Parts: sequence; structure tokens; C-alpha cells
Amino acid sequence: MRIRKDREKFIRLLLLAIALSAISILALISIFIFSEGLPIMIRRGFKAFLLSSDWYPTEGHFGLLPMIVGSLLVTAGAMIIGIPLGLAGAIYLTQFSSKKVRMVVKPMIELLAGIPSVVYGFIGVVILVPFVRDNFGGPGFSILTASLILGIMILPTILSISIDSLLALPPAYREGSIALGATEWQTTRLVLLPAARSGIIASIILGMGRAVGETMAVIMIAGNATSLPRSILDPVRTLTSNIALEMGYASGEHRQALFATGVILFIIIMILNTIANLTSKRMSS
Amino acid sequence: MRWKLSPRNEQRVVRWLLLTLTALSIFILAFIIFFILRHGLPVLSWKFLTRNPVEMGKEGGIFSTIIGTIVLIILALVVATPLGVGTAIFLTEYTTESRLTRIIRFGSECLAGIPSIIFGLFGFILFVTKLKFGWSILSGGLTLAFMVLPTIIRTSEEAIKFVPRAYREVSYSLGGTKWQTVSRVVLPSALPGIATGVILSIGRSIGETAAVIFTAGSALRLPTSLFSSTRTMSVHFYILAREGISLSNAYGTAAVLIISILLINVVTYYLMNRFLRKYTG
Amino acid sequence: MIEKRDRIRGISAAGNSKMKEKDRERGSTGSSFFCLFFFWLFFTFFYFSCSLRPGQKGITVAGSTSIQPFADQWAEVFMARLPGRVINVQGGGSSAGIQAALSGAAQIGMSSRELKPEEKVLKEFIVAWDGLAIIVHPSNPVDDLSLEKVREIFAGRIISWKEVGGLDRKIHVVTREEGSGTRGAFQEMVMHGERITKKAIVQDSNGTVREVVAGDPYAIGYISLGLLEPRVKAIKLDGVEASIENVVRGNYKLIRPFILVTHGEPAQEARDFIQFILSEEGQNLIQKQGLIPAKLVCLEKLKGNSFK
Repeated sequence: MRIRKDREKFIRLLLLAIALSAISILALISIFIFSEGLPIMIRRGFKAFLLSSDWYPTEGHFGLLPMIVGSLLVTAGAMIIGIPLGLAGAIYLTQFSSKKVRMVVKPMIELLAGIPSVVYGFIGVVILVPFVRDNFGGPGFSILTASLILGIMILPTILSISIDSLLALPPAYREGSIALGATEWQTTRLVLLPAARSGIIASIILGMGRAVGETMAVIMIAGNATSLPRSILDPVRTLTSNIALEMGYASGEHRQALFATGVILFIIIMILNTIANLTSKRMSS
Repeated sequence: MRWKLSPRNEQRVVRWLLLTLTALSIFILAFIIFFILRHGLPVLSWKFLTRNPVEMGKEGGIFSTIIGTIVLIILALVVATPLGVGTAIFLTEYTTESRLTRIIRFGSECLAGIPSIIFGLFGFILFVTKLKFGWSILSGGLTLAFMVLPTIIRTSEEAIKFVPRAYREVSYSLGGTKWQTVSRVVLPSALPGIATGVILSIGRSIGETAAVIFTAGSALRLPTSLFSSTRTMSVHFYILAREGISLSNAYGTAAVLIISILLINVVTYYLMNRFLRKYTG
Repeated sequence: MIEKRDRIRGISAAGNSKMKEKDRERGSTGSSFFCLFFFWLFFTFFYFSCSLRPGQKGITVAGSTSIQPFADQWAEVFMARLPGRVINVQGGGSSAGIQAALSGAAQIGMSSRELKPEEKVLKEFIVAWDGLAIIVHPSNPVDDLSLEKVREIFAGRIISWKEVGGLDRKIHVVTREEGSGTRGAFQEMVMHGERITKKAIVQDSNGTVREVVAGDPYAIGYISLGLLEPRVKAIKLDGVEASIENVVRGNYKLIRPFILVTHGEPAQEARDFIQFILSEEGQNLIQKQGLIPAKLVCLEKLKGNSFK
């Protein structure tokens, strides 16, 4: 009996050690990024970083504004493409199609989510860039191209989680509404969508997070220019691409500036996650 | 006076619109896969899969990159799975829900959403440069492990929580100790859910390019030790495609990637169904 | 009171059968988890320590993407010649290679530009010379440009092909990333201190720049002369064609060195590799690859090229 008690204690300590190691690893990453990135932001001032559009790292200028704008515009564009497609698919597959169709189509579209981003980027380069260049003008490497590809990349996320949210609603909602004489669309629009609102918002936020964090596909198709874009046909650089392009050789202050970019991305993700948490809490209550 | 459609007609229009958009999504997916496979399948052959790349990848096969991919993923899982599952067990079974656990959970979720390039930056500075591991399987595998750790913790936690309380209560009422309960009742039941998390991590790692290039490098030789640099299939595809070295080999590599992802998705779906059926069927 | 007891009994009964089943199937899962854990620990430790065998590591050669494809071939020939030696060639750009050599992440760094004063602590070995070609799409009617015009195009002052005798279209400028040796050399020799326009499209290797220009009829970029292909057209500079002969003779002015750098004296394996490249056999290989062997270009001749 005593041996068993000791063994239990030992296991508890072992698991505690494992958990502490894992947690300290996660903490290490966060602390590392903040400790390398914050000092330079404080030293140079947030204005120099966030509001200057001069990115000349070898000369000591670290203006991130073009990259922040780039990330924002590309993500917004991705939302414009991804949300209608994702939501429309979710609504159609849950309300208007048979269960069999949904059982086949949902995993198919989830497969889209697993395709490596470099494959998306490649298809963008080979098909979309020439298309945009020949039909819309500009070099083809542009906000438009990046938005289209990113939109397709986040579409499965929005679709899949929205379907789950709509399916999780009590059947009484739908049945009650139909019993009152409403059409399926009226039901969807007035009853189901508002009810599933928090789940759908969560899916959109997740998609947004993925769009913000995408690196490889964007490097291949967005052009990576360091200027503020003036139209959607202009090339842009995002925060993530900036890190990837400069990481290999950056040293000293330049490297710290890249970590500062990481800090900004970190904060953006934290804000998105908090919003997602708050909306899903409202859902369960 | 505003011209308004009757609800029936409004629905017809809307339904048609939704169908079009859904069909568009399906079409895009089918197109991407068809496009890659059409150009890539002809390139696939036993030789392609078992020979090493020659002349920067212009000729030869992709064997060393397949090995590189497998080795990196194995190392990442060997490190991350025990850490992740252990942490999940501890957080759910051995502690009570408190402020601390909520902070840990929030932190873990945040890290699951951090762009992978930041992990690459972290891994490059810490493993490749500061710890002098250089571009190596070790650097790449550890970086990937850190990247998938939050996901494994999260999915394992969910899987363990999903096991009905009744199972545990029964075990305790029969005189089982905590560990006996966990190891003989809870974990086996949660296994499919945990496996799903592991497989999700595999899927994420296979497609990971940015973080891998900066930590494991892009050497084409067959890796000989943990400190060898290696190239994964995604990295190989990226380099072949964007430098125009060999478009046909690029398509071939992409085809292998897509087929692997397809298989992984199928397995995941099967496991998830088994897991759900266990508790709802 | 009674209800509760009954309920528990019921659950126990159900659980009992389930427990027994599990026990029969799996035996003592607890200790098997234990064994698994220690096995994992042992395995990881074993693998780690096994791989720390000296001599198996090989050397890492990292840096310029211009040199990378050539260095890969040098490594292949070298390893065929001396089996057992391992050479890993990485890309990343010249500045990254110099950083890697400084930090020790690589034993040899590759740079396709001259070293900056603060980088001169490294030991340099010039192994080859390479020209820099300004490229456009083959369908572009523009064939010949002066150096000044090229500078103005890349600085963003000339924005339409019409201004240099071509079609009435906007010029799409393509450049390399800041850490690129090719870009560094280009900025030295062509831009003369002026900044490349912010609106230029940035790509991260010679091959990618070539691909972009090959696909866009209105693009202009610069790549390594040794990587020229029929899919792009190299324009003449002040009437001089971009060819190896013209570079060696000194007519074509855009030339930069391929330098291998090491931190201090190179160790045994690194030294052997560098010596191989500098040997007659290595230099013959370089010539076959389309580069200019190190000896063929006299440094004196270059002094007039404002390389500094």
C-alpha cells in the first residue's frame, strides 16, 4: 500500500515536471521575442516604427508602416473573398442540401485547408499573376492577387466552423420557425444566423489569424515592395514576409527590428484570440 | 413603393445564389487538386520516389527530401507528444480549474495561432546561431516540436475532458488510484482524440516551409546524423518552383505532398468518427 | 439515500464489466506507460549522443544564392573525389552567409559582393568572377541602354518604356532583397549610392528574378551572368554585349567576385574544399559552368571600375 502511495506521488511529480517544462518552453518563446523586440521599440519610439514608411534597415531606418498597411489590406481582402464563400457554403450545406451532400462536400473542402501554402503560392504565381497582369494591369504581383489566394486559403476554416456552429443549434429553432410558416431562408436569416453568431464570428477570427500569419504564399505573389500601396494592383509587403526576407542576414539593431515585428504580430494574435474567447463565452452562456 | 419579392421568390433567388457560391468553392478546390495532379502524376514513378535529387533537383528523384520530411516530423513528435500529453493530463486531472490554469490555457491558445515564421525566427536565433546546432535536423525538429506543442496540449485536453466523468467515478469507487484511473481508463478512451491532435500536427508540419528553411536548411544530401542539414518536400517544392529549376519535378513533389495530405485527412476523419461514435452511438 | 446507492451500484456494475474488459485486453497499462516513457527518454538520449560523433558533421557552406548552384556542383565533384566528406550547401544571401561565417553557424560563407569594412575580419578567398546581367523579356524591343538610363529606371525616375525607346507601358522593376550580394554589387556598380525605388518588386533569389522577368513583357531585373538563359534577354550596356569575353577583356563593366569567407584560418575540411576549388581542376570546372576563373581577371584592371 505504501509503495503504491509513493508511486502515485512520484507520478504526480513527474507529470508536474513535464507540465512545467512544456509551459516554460512556451513562456521562453514569448519572453524571448518580447525581450529582443521591445527594447528597440521603446528606444526608437513607437512613432518611428509604426508611422514611418522608410524601411532602409541597412541605414538604420525601420519604418514598418508599409508592411502594417500591407498586412491589413491583404487580410481585409482575404476576408472579402473568404467570408461570402465560406458562409454561403455553410448555409447552403446545412439548410438547403441533403445530409449526404454535406457529408461528402465538407471533408472535401476541409482537404483544402491541408494543402501546403507554398502550393497555393505556386498556383498564384503560375495562374493568377499573369491573369491579373494581363486583364487588370500592373505587374500582377499585387494586393488583389494576394487577397484572392489568401481568401481561398481561409475559406475552409470559415466554412467548416460555421457548419459546426449551425449544426450545434437545437433543432427546435429551425423546426419552430418553419412551423410558423417561414421559409428556410427567412429562418436562416432571422433565427439561425443570429443564434449561431458567436460561432461564426469565431470562425472568421480564426480565418483572420491564419491570413495574418501566412508567409510563404504571400512572398510568392504579393511582390514584396517596401512602398505604401496606392491601388489594389500595387505590390505590397506584409509583416510576415518582411521577417522572412530579412531574417537570414539581419544583425544587431536590424535583427531587433525583426523581433519587434514579431512582437506586433504577437499582440495582433493575442487581441484576436481574446475577442474569439469573449464571443464564444457568450455563446455557451 | 418598394418592390419586394415574396418570401418564396426571395428564397429561390437566395438559394440559387448560395448554390452558385458553394459550387464555386468546390470548383476551386477541385481545380487546384486536379491542376497539380495532372502535371504531377505523370512524373511520379518508383524511380522518382527512391532516387536522390541530382543537379539541384533538375534530375533524379526526391528520396532524400522524403527522408528529410519523415525524420523531421518524427523528431518533432517524439519531443512534443510526451510533453504535450503529459501537460494535458496534469492540467485536467491533477489540478483544479483556477486562474493559473486559465492563463496557461490562454497562452497555449495564443501560441497555437502565432505565425510559423516567428517560430522560425526563434529557432534560427536560438538553435542555429546561439546554441551552434547549425542548420540541422535537430534545429528543425525542435522548432517544429515547439510549434505543434500548443496544438497537442489543446487537443489532448479536449479529448481527456470529453471522457465522461462516470468512467472516472467508477474507477475510483472500485478503489483505483489516480494514476491507475488515468492510465487505464481515461487515456485509452481519449486516445483517438489525442491521436487526432498528433495527426493534425503531422499535417501542419508537412506543409511547413518558412520555419523549416531557416532551421533545417536546404541541403540536398541524405541526412547522416542529427546535425545534418536536410530538405523537406515542401522546401524542395518551393525551391524548384520559384527558381524554375524543373517545373515537372516541382509538380511531382507537389503531387506527393497532396497525396500524403489526402491520406492523413482520411485517417483523421476515420479516427474522429470512431471517437464520436464511441460517445454518441 | 437508497436511490443513490442503487445508482452507484448500477454504474459500478456497468463500469466493472468495462474495467475487467480493459484489464484483460491491456494488462497493466500503467506500467506499460512507464516503460514507454523511459524507453522514449533513453531512445532520445541515445540518438542525441550517437549523433555527436565527431567528423560526421561535415562542413556547412552558406550564403549567396548566386554562388549556391555552382557551389552545389563543386561539392558534388569534391565529395565524389573524396568519399566520406560531407558538404552542405545552403542559400540565404551573401549577407546571411557572412553572418553565418561570423557566428560559426557555417564553416564557409559565400559572398557575391565585396566585404564591407566591418566584415573584413573574415579571411577571403576569391574563387571566381561573375558578370552581372541586366535582363528584360525577350519580346522587349529595347536592346541597349546606357548605365545612366539603367540607374534612372531602377531609381524610379524613368517609369515608362517609351522614355527609352520601347512600348508605351509602365516599367516593372524587379530587384533582390537587401541582404543579397547581387543587389549589393548592383548598388555599388550601377546605382552609385542612389536608392533603388521602393516600388520595385522584391524577390529572394536569382532564379526567382529570372522567372519573373521571363514571364512579364514589361519587367526589368538583374541576375548573375552565369545564370543567363534563353528565356530572358540580357541588354547591352552602352553598346557592349554581356558576355564572358567582354567581361574578361574589361569592356563589360559589371563584374563582381565570388568570395569564400572563413572566420580565421579554415579548419582541415574547409581548407581542403577551398583548395580544391582553387586548384586547376576546380578552376576548369568553374570555367565549364560559365563563370570566370579567378586568375583570368587582374585586380589592377578593376581598380578603374570604382569597385570600392
